[in-house]
Amino acid sequence: MKSDRSFKYFSLSITWFWLVIFSLLPYGLVITASLLHHDSSHLMQLPFTLMNYAGLTNKLYLTIFEKSFYIAGSCTLICLVVGYPFAYLIARMQHRFKNLLILLIIIPFWTSSLIRSYSMIAILKSKGLINTALMWLGIIHQPLPMLFNNFAVISGLIYNLLPFMVLPLLTNIERLDHRLIDAARDLGANRITTFRKIILPLTMPGIISGCILVFLPAMTIFYIPDLLGGAKSILLGNLIQTQFLVTQNWPLGSAMSILLAIILAVLIALYWYSTRGKKEKDLL
Amino acid sequence: MLENIIELRGVSKSIHDHDILSNVTLEVRNGEFLTLLGPSGCGKTTLLRLISGFEEPTTGTIFIAGKDATGLPPHLRHVHTVFQSYALFPHMTVFDNIAFGLRCKKLSKAEITERVNDALKIVKLEKYTHRKPEQLSGGQQQRVAIARAIVNRPLVLLLDEPLSSLDYRLRKTMQIELKQLQRKLGITFIFVTHDQEEALSMSDRVVIIQDGIIQQVGTPRQVYEDPQNLTVAKFIGEANIFDSEVLAIDGKYLTVGIEGKQRIVKTSRQFTIGQKVHLLVRPEDLRVWGQSEVDDTNDMFPGTVEEVIYKGTTVDLMVRLANNKLVAATEFFDEDDDRLEYTIGEKVWATWLAGWEVALPHEE
Repeated sequence: MKSDRSFKYFSLSITWFWLVIFSLLPYGLVITASLLHHDSSHLMQLPFTLMNYAGLTNKLYLTIFEKSFYIAGSCTLICLVVGYPFAYLIARMQHRFKNLLILLIIIPFWTSSLIRSYSMIAILKSKGLINTALMWLGIIHQPLPMLFNNFAVISGLIYNLLPFMVLPLLTNIERLDHRLIDAARDLGANRITTFRKIILPLTMPGIISGCILVFLPAMTIFYIPDLLGGAKSILLGNLIQTQFLVTQNWPLGSAMSILLAIILAVLIALYWYSTRGKKEKDLL
Repeated sequence: MLENIIELRGVSKSIHDHDILSNVTLEVRNGEFLTLLGPSGCGKTTLLRLISGFEEPTTGTIFIAGKDATGLPPHLRHVHTVFQSYALFPHMTVFDNIAFGLRCKKLSKAEITERVNDALKIVKLEKYTHRKPEQLSGGQQQRVAIARAIVNRPLVLLLDEPLSSLDYRLRKTMQIELKQLQRKLGITFIFVTHDQEEALSMSDRVVIIQDGIIQQVGTPRQVYEDPQNLTVAKFIGEANIFDSEVLAIDGKYLTVGIEGKQRIVKTSRQFTIGQKVHLLVRPEDLRVWGQSEVDDTNDMFPGTVEEVIYKGTTVDLMVRLANNKLVAATEFFDEDDDRLEYTIGEKVWATWLAGWEVALPHEE
């Protein structure tokens, strides 16, 4: 009994130790940094101030926020539209093919995503694979501008993040009881109604976690817009990275990180409240 | 009104060259309680899925309400299924589950509410309207599944082993409730089960299926008392089977030889002299007498009591006959008779009343 209890304390303290060292402490540091002063001779200095947050209302930053939302949002939406049928097909496949296809989804992870993004340049550039092929076929006469624009950034993000949409959806759809679909059909629902009323609500947890897993990195991965978007494509991730590594304005960079974290937390909380509220209503 | 609500004509189903059902012809009468009975894997669930439209027959035609239903998808067939696992929608309340079919038909809100409430009343679940399926017991989930199907007023209700996951007592209650419900609604029920007692006690007619072939269709009494063949005889109830040979025929009466004795057997089937036959005797028709109770043992068979099982209303005996054959006998208590005292190892005489046996052609 006694050793049981000491094991409980031991395992709990490891969890807490981990959370404190690697999550709470760093966040505390970032929050502190975001409240400090910055000038050219000091990285950070007292007294505390809210100036960095006030600085975020700069129109330039707001534009970047807006653009980042737009890019990450489109990326998430396209991943969902492409990933859902894909995940559905795989989930309903025979076991043998299913494992093979899941392996094929995972294989790209074995190569660094940085290298894969570089390779996209070779495909998208004006003398790259696609343009050369299209010109050789005579479909176009001038190379299409596919690199260093939003198109390139979104394709790069989708390519890198699609598996994060497919995998949670796949697990969710696999768990879906096929007899429920039979039951809906039996009760007179056509395929569209069955999808809307049964399949979609029951796979909503997978959709939400897939969207979160795609949207979060899409907002913050800085090397993909850097590589594929060119100099003019500055997104939130790049902005934060620039504050820390180029202009050395750590307090402002910290304030931006915190704001981003707050926005994402609010989004998740909204979803959480919407589902929880529904459950409580059902209990009445 | 149509007499046959569903007709299957020469329906076969094979999957990967494996025959699940062969040449099934069956007429389901309007308003009857029909049971498909057979061991698991005999094809009875496939038969149900052919009627509901989830499977298409390889050959043959299915008529629903006189119309050829071949190729019609499940949602356009006016038959509904109560699934074995109930398949209630976990994200919907009891009300929404039951209203699902009506909403698919785009009925008005007022009519949906009225019909759902009626259905809830029929299955006695008015208090649980806003619960989720996970907050209900197995029996309650079962009722929701039934309500969800009957609220659409189907021509035929298909029930796929709906009671198999309930405990014994609840199953008994639900059997009675289902039967009453069927009488009250007047809807044709096609009920699938592997439990022969359930089939006999609930049905108007029983269809016995084995190895994808219909073995016999008849009332519970017909299939129990006059089985068509040995398969049916063995599947429905307990049966003692004696091998014998026809010695003489006199109209409906056969003289047969069993274990060195001769007995007269009544039959409506055609036999020839010298033909090998099986004699089927139910345990409750077998009488077991103690040595001192009988004088004339001409048509009785000597044996030894091997097992005595007291069951309250009856005593079940296992008796080893002289030729080493083990037979089962069920003796009913009689207030005025104390002869139902048997001891293991006791020498007894076993017999049955003439005419209570069934003679069947010999099968290997």
